[in-house]
Amino acid sequence: MNIEHWTLDIGHSLVPTRSVGTRKVYLLILLLFSAPAAAAIVDTIDRVHPKIVKIYGAGGFSGMESYQSGILISPEGHVLTAFSYVLDTDYISVMLSDGRELDAKLLGADPRLDVAVLKIEAEGLPYFDLSKAVKLEAGARVLAFSNVFGVALGGEPVSVQKGTVAVVTQLDARRGVFETPYRGSVYALDMTTNNPGAAGGALVAFGGELAGMLGKELRNSLNNTWLNYALPIDKIRQSVEDIRSGKFVARRDPEEVKKPLRSLDPAALGIVLVPDVLERTPPYVDRVLPGSPAARAGMKPDDLIILSGDRLVQSCKALAKEMEFVDYEDPIRLTVIRGQELLEFTLRSAGESKPSKRTYP
Amino acid sequence: MNSLGLSRVGQAKRSPTKNYPLLVRLVGLRFACPTLLLLAVAAQALGAPTAAVIDAESKRIDAMNKAKDAVLAIFPANGRGGGSGVVISPDGYALTNYHVVRSCGKAMQCGMADGKAYDAVLVGLDPTGDVALIKLFGRDDFPCAEMADSDKVRVGDRVFAAGNPFLLATDFQPTITFGIISGMHRYQFPSGTLLEYADCLQTDASVNPGNSGGPLFDARGRLIGINGRCSFEKRGRVNVGLAYAISINQIKHFMGTLRSGRIVDHATLGARVGRDEDGRVVVRDILDGSDAYRRGLREGDEVVSFGGRSIGAPNEFKNVLGIFPKGWRVPLSYRRDGKRRDVLVRLAGVHGREELLKKAGGRKKARPKPVPKPDGKPKKPAPGKDAKPPAKPAKPAALPIPKIVAEHYKQKRGFSNYYYNELEKNRVWNAWNPRLNLGAARGAWTLVGPLSGGGDYSLRISDAAVSLKLPSVDINWTAGVELGNSLLPEHSGGLLPALFLWRRLAVEGLDRFGDVYYYGTAPLAGHQGLADVLVGSHKGVDCRFYFDPADGRLLALEMFPDEESDPCEVYFSDYRHKGKRYLPGRMVVRFGDEAFATLRIEGFKAEEKGED
Repeated sequence: MNIEHWTLDIGHSLVPTRSVGTRKVYLLILLLFSAPAAAAIVDTIDRVHPKIVKIYGAGGFSGMESYQSGILISPEGHVLTAFSYVLDTDYISVMLSDGRELDAKLLGADPRLDVAVLKIEAEGLPYFDLSKAVKLEAGARVLAFSNVFGVALGGEPVSVQKGTVAVVTQLDARRGVFETPYRGSVYALDMTTNNPGAAGGALVAFGGELAGMLGKELRNSLNNTWLNYALPIDKIRQSVEDIRSGKFVARRDPEEVKKPLRSLDPAALGIVLVPDVLERTPPYVDRVLPGSPAARAGMKPDDLIILSGDRLVQSCKALAKEMEFVDYEDPIRLTVIRGQELLEFTLRSAGESKPSKRTYP
Repeated sequence: MNSLGLSRVGQAKRSPTKNYPLLVRLVGLRFACPTLLLLAVAAQALGAPTAAVIDAESKRIDAMNKAKDAVLAIFPANGRGGGSGVVISPDGYALTNYHVVRSCGKAMQCGMADGKAYDAVLVGLDPTGDVALIKLFGRDDFPCAEMADSDKVRVGDRVFAAGNPFLLATDFQPTITFGIISGMHRYQFPSGTLLEYADCLQTDASVNPGNSGGPLFDARGRLIGINGRCSFEKRGRVNVGLAYAISINQIKHFMGTLRSGRIVDHATLGARVGRDEDGRVVVRDILDGSDAYRRGLREGDEVVSFGGRSIGAPNEFKNVLGIFPKGWRVPLSYRRDGKRRDVLVRLAGVHGREELLKKAGGRKKARPKPVPKPDGKPKKPAPGKDAKPPAKPAKPAALPIPKIVAEHYKQKRGFSNYYYNELEKNRVWNAWNPRLNLGAARGAWTLVGPLSGGGDYSLRISDAAVSLKLPSVDINWTAGVELGNSLLPEHSGGLLPALFLWRRLAVEGLDRFGDVYYYGTAPLAGHQGLADVLVGSHKGVDCRFYFDPADGRLLALEMFPDEESDPCEVYFSDYRHKGKRYLPGRMVVRFGDEAFATLRIEGFKAEEKGED
């Protein structure tokens, strides 16, 4: 976002600014939600609260909170949330609105959007149907639900804030301004929503329709201001479907897939990972051997490998294990995070490796 | 301040009329819809608000207009720093935060929306709950806020905060910020300080430094809380969408104790609770000297309800504890082996007396917090420029205390302002004792009447002894050095010393009884509403006297031989006029969980002094 062009004082302006087509949508949204909204938000809040969960995981030291928020998206316990360090543990728990605390598994995560899906063992839960999520335009009045600052404990309902979508804008106006791989459009909000613990919370219209998911805290590196925003559900719906259908999912044991006779390993590609000293050492590249397939493709030290093919690899062990399923002769596609950029490389141990930078939605 | 949800200047200013072609097209598109409705709603979208919206807006403006008149901008006498407050009675009692008045001492200046500044004096302090009561001078018709029932507030309700954020208002016009209730019954840990925010209201209305002590109003402009805390973090000391207000219902519980001019303590049950595997809230451990222990509560018991609320989580238990003053007796229900017991428990203090005074008295200067620059970066001291700390500014000369404040202030250990304790003490005394009308009859009392179990009793109370004649036995009690040494009759908990103290207060009065102070107000079993309480100490025992605020009658007394024993409780009822005296016709005596006796008073005689 180009900050020079924004001001504080007219956040309440309701005049649509885009094409006639979007104006129509805008007016229709107003038709749908504006009239009954004022009286009903207390009831809306009562309906939404049971669909919001508190998530507890890794962290809890040096300003890194060990909690965040999540949204129930299926009656059998799928939880949409932000992909963050909180989920970087085998011990994630989800607290339902009735105070029940359940163990959760990270089903999968799309690092391109910083979106993750958790699964808890439950049934008959209240949930948001993502296919019924609404699209909003600037001026739409919204409620944000999250366990911001962890103030709600146990079965206490999470915090609710009221505000307006100030603008629908692209995050990629200036690359490198925000530390996120996400490059799509966001709802910028006129309320301070993106605080510690709020990531994964829900942005809903006054009528209670889900519209977005609160993102991780983002600070503008140019002027040190913080962005208050939510990811539109229509931008992340496909990812969630991919995860639920098995993409961006870590391989589980035991899996009935035949391993090749001779499989790949990082060394064969010229990749030296950081020493594997932790239970889950993040697979950072320590060195790239000169002249190796990885070097020719352009991989560099400090690249963090997050996907092997479409499989999520959260540790050195997971990466090594995943490579056992790739034939020595076959190409392998590795997705890495370098700084704030997401890069993809296709490597071949025997043949020529090619760099490929993909632009993500 | 740092909010980034903004709109684009260049595109926002568009004349509404330019949208008309769109409307026409839209109507064309949706001709099947009821056209009138569509027009009405579309007109709203185009900036012509409906009557309902205009009505709601004007109601909101009216509520804010009315509410703002009771809002205070509070400044210490030296003019440094400050906060907010709100007037709650026409004679000028006002609420604010303890942490606002801490830097003020006994005197402060309060600016109101009428543009005038009024002198005010500190009355009562609740350091744990972060509440202070002050009294303004100069009018007897101060505009004041009406209090609502904050337990009826719901998440999503529209609210507004008023006060003096960043000390902006040089003309004392309060700043109004609007929002919703984000959460109810929040429990905020003391976080290293004395200040515990239990059962508070959370709002997204923008509350900032300087708003402290100011009111949170509901949509109708009624007082529901006192703003006092925010969640701040790395973004500096500006609002980030979470602020907490002390509920007005909690303050209502403390109001009497605050008016007593005391430094008030919060309560503990003497038991810790936690969640068991089945999710029930159970007692984890319990002090065997606590009243809850004496009422039968044991480790492992399930806490079902407390203070009139059902308990489903440990935080709910802590919330209830946080809203009652030390010394209140509240209902507790617990379950063991499927059997439920309902009892009344007395709440002990959270702090030792010395501990509380030390903490409350510490005028520790708050550590200076980094001030956010416009770019949001905390200001850092210039590195290396000067290693030594900047020279301390010269201490401002102690300002003279305004005469009116000096006239309404009395220092006494344990009290924030003893003047108001004497005021309330005398009010209670003057409502009771003149109706007892002893006149010159300052000698021994004789009471006679029938016992509930048959037979008659005769009771003689003098200033040295009490004797009780029963059909079967005579019981004689003499006031020794320590009244608690002899608690006759047995199983009464000390009825005779209790009655001795009853007469002593009536005859000797506040000044000669011993040490007597006004506690404030507290609930009393069998009595609707709160009672005024005087606490007197004499010869090693404490005695609490409960008075009806409506007509001044003595409702009950409780004689505590020591801190870890049950008191002897005497309830007075069936009041009637006997000659020129207004006297009880019945005494019910209780001790522990048992009723000891019921005595009807048919004859009452007070002798002239010297007859004895």
